Amino acid sequence: MSYEVYIHVPFCLRRCGYCDFNTYTAHDLGGGASRAGYAAAAVEEMRLLRRWQREQGIDEPAVSTVFFGGGTPTVLPVKDLVTILDAVRGLWGIEEGAEVTTEANPDTVDADAIRALADGGFTRISFGMQSAVPHVLRTLDRTHTPANVADGVAAARAAGLRASVDLIYGAPGESLDDWRTSVETALGLGVDHLSAYALTVEPHTKMGRLIAAGRLSRPDDDDEAAKYEIVDDMCRAAGLEWYEISNWAVPGHESRHNLGYWRNADWAGVGPGAHSHYTLPAASGTDGARSLRAWDVLHPRAWAQRIAQGDVPWGGHEVVSAHEDLEERVMLGVRLREGLDIDEIERLTARDLGAVVRELEHEGLATRVHAAGGARLVATRRGRLLNDAVIERIFDELP
Amino acid sequence: MSQHHNQPGFTDQSLIRNFCIIAHIDHGKSTVADRILQLSGIVPEREMRDRFLDRMDIEQERGITIKSQAVRVPWTYDGQEYTLGMIDTPGHVDFTYEVSRALAACEGAVLLVDATQGIEAQTLSNLYMAIDHDLTIIPVLNKIDLPSAETDKHAEEIAGLIGCDPSDVLRVSGKTGEGVRDLLDRIVVDVPAPSGDPDADARALIFDSVYDSYRGIVTYIRMVDGELRSREKLHMMGVGTTYDPIEIGVISPDMMPTRALGAGEVGYVITGAKDVSQSKVGDTITSAAHPAHEPLAGYRDPQPMVYAGLFPIDNAQFPELREALDKLKLNDAALVYEPETSVALGFGFRCGFLGLLHMEIVSERLSREFGLDLISTAPNVPYEVTSEDGTVHRVTNPSEFPEGKIKRIVEPVVAADIITPKEFIGAVMELCQDHRGVMGTMEYISTDRVEMHYRIPLAEIVFDFFDQLKSRTKGYASLDYHEDGEQAADLVKVDILIQGDKVDAFSAIVHRDKAYSYGVMMTKKLRELIPRQQFEIPIQAAIGSRIIARENIRALRKDVLAKCYGGDITRKRKLLEKQKAGKKRMKMLGHVEVPQEAFVAALSTGETGSDRDTKDKIRAAQKTEG
Repeated sequence: MSYEVYIHVPFCLRRCGYCDFNTYTAHDLGGGASRAGYAAAAVEEMRLLRRWQREQGIDEPAVSTVFFGGGTPTVLPVKDLVTILDAVRGLWGIEEGAEVTTEANPDTVDADAIRALADGGFTRISFGMQSAVPHVLRTLDRTHTPANVADGVAAARAAGLRASVDLIYGAPGESLDDWRTSVETALGLGVDHLSAYALTVEPHTKMGRLIAAGRLSRPDDDDEAAKYEIVDDMCRAAGLEWYEISNWAVPGHESRHNLGYWRNADWAGVGPGAHSHYTLPAASGTDGARSLRAWDVLHPRAWAQRIAQGDVPWGGHEVVSAHEDLEERVMLGVRLREGLDIDEIERLTARDLGAVVRELEHEGLATRVHAAGGARLVATRRGRLLNDAVIERIFDELP
Repeated sequence: MSQHHNQPGFTDQSLIRNFCIIAHIDHGKSTVADRILQLSGIVPEREMRDRFLDRMDIEQERGITIKSQAVRVPWTYDGQEYTLGMIDTPGHVDFTYEVSRALAACEGAVLLVDATQGIEAQTLSNLYMAIDHDLTIIPVLNKIDLPSAETDKHAEEIAGLIGCDPSDVLRVSGKTGEGVRDLLDRIVVDVPAPSGDPDADARALIFDSVYDSYRGIVTYIRMVDGELRSREKLHMMGVGTTYDPIEIGVISPDMMPTRALGAGEVGYVITGAKDVSQSKVGDTITSAAHPAHEPLAGYRDPQPMVYAGLFPIDNAQFPELREALDKLKLNDAALVYEPETSVALGFGFRCGFLGLLHMEIVSERLSREFGLDLISTAPNVPYEVTSEDGTVHRVTNPSEFPEGKIKRIVEPVVAADIITPKEFIGAVMELCQDHRGVMGTMEYISTDRVEMHYRIPLAEIVFDFFDQLKSRTKGYASLDYHEDGEQAADLVKVDILIQGDKVDAFSAIVHRDKAYSYGVMMTKKLRELIPRQQFEIPIQAAIGSRIIARENIRALRKDVLAKCYGGDITRKRKLLEKQKAGKKRMKMLGHVEVPQEAFVAALSTGETGSDRDTKDKIRAAQKTEG
């Protein structure tokens, strides 16, 4: 089992209208929570986590991937990011050839910063491009220009970093041609990885309120389905294959960190609101408990205070039961190109999934694939779009 | 100390005045009744609670008196103490028969009219009924304290209706108490004393019968002739049963047992009957030892006029529904029901009601008092359908509608009286014509209000006629109707098919001219209400095998959650678990999943606004993420 570290940096230059992530635009949130003090607090949290792991008898291997997400990690000085990365190395060790990614907004990094990241041990950078069309960027409240992204990707490649871009489709007012333009522009940058997400409108965001008030049009499922098919076709034509519902990569350039989430790896989450996941040692033995999910308190101030008091700053946790663990395997497995390990589910449940697999095949939602490790269920493109339906059908078969 | 002559059972008829109050809902009957109790001194000030007489919550909230009660009130006039029997009458069109029995128990009626609104159709029809019963009418305008009261105008209107002088119309305020003393004096002076024969064999009219969970069936009676004693066996002349009474008494304002009730008095008897069907409104009670020869006139069995299926949303609640109906039946002789099975809705009951309000009250009590979550099918009137081969079917449910060629269909018809300000005459005529109404006469009851008489099929009234009447007349029109025979009509059964399968719950019997609009309305509604699924779903309306309307629900293309990283996993798993639980509230019609809420919304006659609201709720319950 691999082990990963996720660092959540809860700061942004400004908040985008669609965003409901745990992020803040103030420099100093008071109570010891500030951008300047963030790196030290994050390092301290990791020490506390390491101590907790020892107490629990959790012995993690060297870290295989590190991911800085946000927020906008690159609003912090590069040296702070490197300090945190060094602390990861000091506490757990980092595997040879590990993947170390940071997210970046195209207007928060220049070529110097990118070189400094590479020098500090980063291997990969993921740009929040979102769109290449000015009116769509405006609707999304993004401050960068399409040119910023090109410069950033070029600088990353020059510094020897792998580069990925994120796109969002389905924004109010975005036409199918707008979307094609965005995908074409992104692929034209020469990235080896692309993530494309349907816009999810959360009701309590600025965009959610504008839509509720009728001032923006609500994203349409059919439109988003069409746009999904467009990006899927264009990526494949450019040599990027889908490996997860919203992710495409040149084979071998997948985000190993993110694959860890879907393969149920262990990871330590650091930073306000960050989630952690630990497979429980078999000996810890409460009936049926398989893993632990815990999450840090949301607000940076409460988070910093808890750390200052010497506590792991978790705001809550859940123990995942054997049944819930099965559900997670199913819902995560069918998101992946490598598919759901049918043999394993049948073994764990002592149920025959033959009938439901045949039905899903018959309806064009999934195909059964024979891989080296055994039979796997892989969603078709229709099944990727109707992923909930696929999951529900398999859930119906679970004990 | 003892005023022997005014004790229950020993009251001289010359000192008794029995009266009822005829009023429209909201015209303040209960407030005035409360004032009367307060002034008479039988309810101490501190125990006075608004609307003392309305016992059931539901009545208090809706301001409708469903069950009448009878209170014995002392009142001294000119140095002489009198005994007033105040009989509360139900105010709605569905309870016409009960009103007529309450009227039969009185010699006088207080016509209570809201001075801000004027008389309403149901009040007018009850007034005519009171005049038919030879009751002395005491006209009263209430709410004179309100700034919007148009006292003189409405006094003139009332004077014109009952043929008195406008100055004879009393003016009161239930709220402030103004004029209520004068009203009580006027009752003593104007209402005739009862004139039964105190020495004849006992005859008492049952004008109400209610179930009380502590006392069992409490039967309200008006002694007409003779005397009933507490130790004497009683005989119900209509039903034919005999009882040892457990208690005889009067209400003043609580139940007070007495040894006897004499001619002219109003009181109650607890017979030990198990439910109200053994102690029916309109029946005559006599002494078993010395029975009267002739019962009092006017007894009849209540006939349901509106039928609907009631189904528990959770079919596991079926036994609870049965139990709840059994309990309501204790108190409601007019409620009839039998088990019914629907392919779409599962197990439920086909219920018969006196009318729409009766139906609403029963459904509301089932949900409020018994905590049942119910779906009610569209209301249906009883049809008589004759097949080509001459067989006659009584159809109270579209599923009973015979297949094949129909020779003749007969439907019940009502005589409807509508009172409206004259500027809405056109709107009312249009509405009635749309509903197959045939106009009779029209009279001006004052310079600006008319009473219009129509003959309309009952089926047209039970759907959404009343709501439309109110909305087309800005709430000013009022409606009263009563059975008026039957007529042959060109009716058809419209079926709704979802993916080719007939859904019994949505079938309806409608006039041929309305079949198309029903089909379009229902298919459109369902297209909005049924969530998109992985395949296209045709929704059709058909008469027999002929399709008359069609809508399509396009196949769902996308339901996937775009992002599923660290923190999303727990949230998504919980959401999927919730959706799985939500599926238990889905009905499978063939391969199509239909949320229960869709049935409720499709069967409601509400506006599109509530449809959209329901649809949003359904969506939210199912998929909170896209």
